[in-house]
This record gives sequence, structure tokens and C-alpha cells, in this order.
Amino acid sequence: MPTIQSPGTEEIHPDVALVERAREGDTAAFEQLVRQYERQIFRVAQHITQNREDAEDITQDTFLKAYEKLSQFQGNSKFSTWLVRIAVNESLMRLRKRKTSKTVSMDEDVQTEEGSIPRDFAEWRPNPEQIFDQNELNDILRRTIQGLPPGFRTVFTLRDIENLSTEETAEALGLSIPAVKSRLLRARLQLRERLSRYFRQRKEGQPA
Amino acid sequence: MNCTDFLSQLTDYFDGQISPELLEEVRTHLAGCHHCEVVLNTTRQTIEVYRGQEIYEISDDLRERLHSAIMTKCLEKKRA
Ligand SMILES: [Zn+2]
Repeated sequence: MPTIQSPGTEEIHPDVALVERAREGDTAAFEQLVRQYERQIFRVAQHITQNREDAEDITQDTFLKAYEKLSQFQGNSKFSTWLVRIAVNESLMRLRKRKTSKTVSMDEDVQTEEGSIPRDFAEWRPNPEQIFDQNELNDILRRTIQGLPPGFRTVFTLRDIENLSTEETAEALGLSIPAVKSRLLRARLQLRERLSRYFRQRKEGQPA
Repeated sequence: MNCTDFLSQLTDYFDGQISPELLEEVRTHLAGCHHCEVVLNTTRQTIEVYRGQEIYEISDDLRERLHSAIMTKCLEKKRA
């Protein structure tokens, strides 16, 4: 749970010094930031676009943009949140391009009530990790998250997979906190509903 | 508190950002509603299973390739 701190008591994040050095032209400092966040940026891009080639391009573009715009980075947000915001924008732009006519935005699909009312009330088997092998399980998880609308998928990725706080997620997506919360709830409930098909406990004698 | 009210508190409940009064109501509802208890447990499992698996892990090769490409382009920018 993120703690609320008053501005004066916050510890200075080690990235602040690296960003400062990078701004002054120290490429090694920027390279360290790239090392620190390249995995995360790739994961975020892959989760949102569901396409590996796009994720590779977005990872490169994100760091290049960050490098060019370093002077515009305001110290009032975390550097990582700022990077994620660039990556999210690049990812949504790619999705829009791929879908040509259809728009993709964070506001899309919020009208639908699908999955917001739970229907499956079976308990799950305690450890899905022990029922399926690694590849099977990853396959199920990928297929399931692919089925979410991009706006929900993005919120779930930042909040639950990348562990950003609600506030950071709101900042990275340009959404209000209540909007993040409602999308997160719908995303979690839709995933839960879909995963229930695979993970629900079966009564004796029922086929697996 | 009914099931819809319970669902609307679920996110704050997970985050531990719920007032003591509401928490009491949530607990009372959970004690008497098996469906919501299941939704709570399986939603928690949903989050945990996604957190526990790296479904899009980047290989070391790809990471190195991307890293060099990024740094090469940045250095080009710097010189330009
Ligand atoms: Zn209930």
C-alpha cells in the first residue's frame, strides 16, 4: 500500500541524480536508466499491444523520446512513471494505427457492462501453478488478458503487474483516480470470470 | 450492504484503504454471503497468478539487442 507523505519528508529517489547527470550530457548515466527500466517498458508495451514487434519498436522509441525530452521532465513525478507514460502513449498510438479506422483510447469500452457482474461462483483450486505446466499456464494467462479491452488491460498491467500505485497509474494514463479504480475493478472481475473456466474446482467424477 | 455495495468496495479493501466502519460492514457481508466470499478469494488469486508469472519476459538476447539500438540512436542524437 502506498504511503502518503508530505513533500518535505520524501526520500530523494536515486533516479533524480542520474537524470540530472544525463541532462548535463552524461551518456553513461542515461544508459544506467535504460538498463533499469528497459525490461519494464518492454513488458508494458507488450501487454498493451499484444504484439512483440510493436513492443520492440515502442521500447526503443520510448527511450529515444525520453532522451530528447529529458529537459522537459519535471521532478514532481517519478522518472519511471514518466517513462511509462511515454510508453503507454506510444503503445496506444500503435494500436490505433493497426486498427486504422477504429479509435483506441483509454475511454473506449467503458460503456459496456460486460463482466462487471460476477456470474461464476465456484471456488478455485488453490494453486493454478501446480495444475498446469509453466507453458500452459502462461498461455492461459496471455489468452485471457488479450481478451480484455485495451483500456482495461492497460490499467491492470500498470496497477497489478507493474505495481504502480493508483495515483501513479492515474498520472501515467492521464485519468482521474476514480476512473482508474473503476477500470481496475472491471479488469480484475473480467479476468477472474474468464480464468474461472480453467481454475474452478471440479466436483468428484467431473472431467478435468 | 448488498453485493453491489460490496463489489464497489473491493478495490479499496484490497488496498487496505477502507474506513473502519466500512470494513466492519464488508466483513459482516462476507460472513453471510458465500458468493462474495468466492469473488473476493478468486479475484485475489487472479491478481496473484498474474503477479507470479512473467508472461512476457524479455530474453537476454533481445534485451541486449534493444539496449544497443537505443544507445546507438541516443549517441547519434547527441552528436547531431
Ligand atoms: Zn454478496
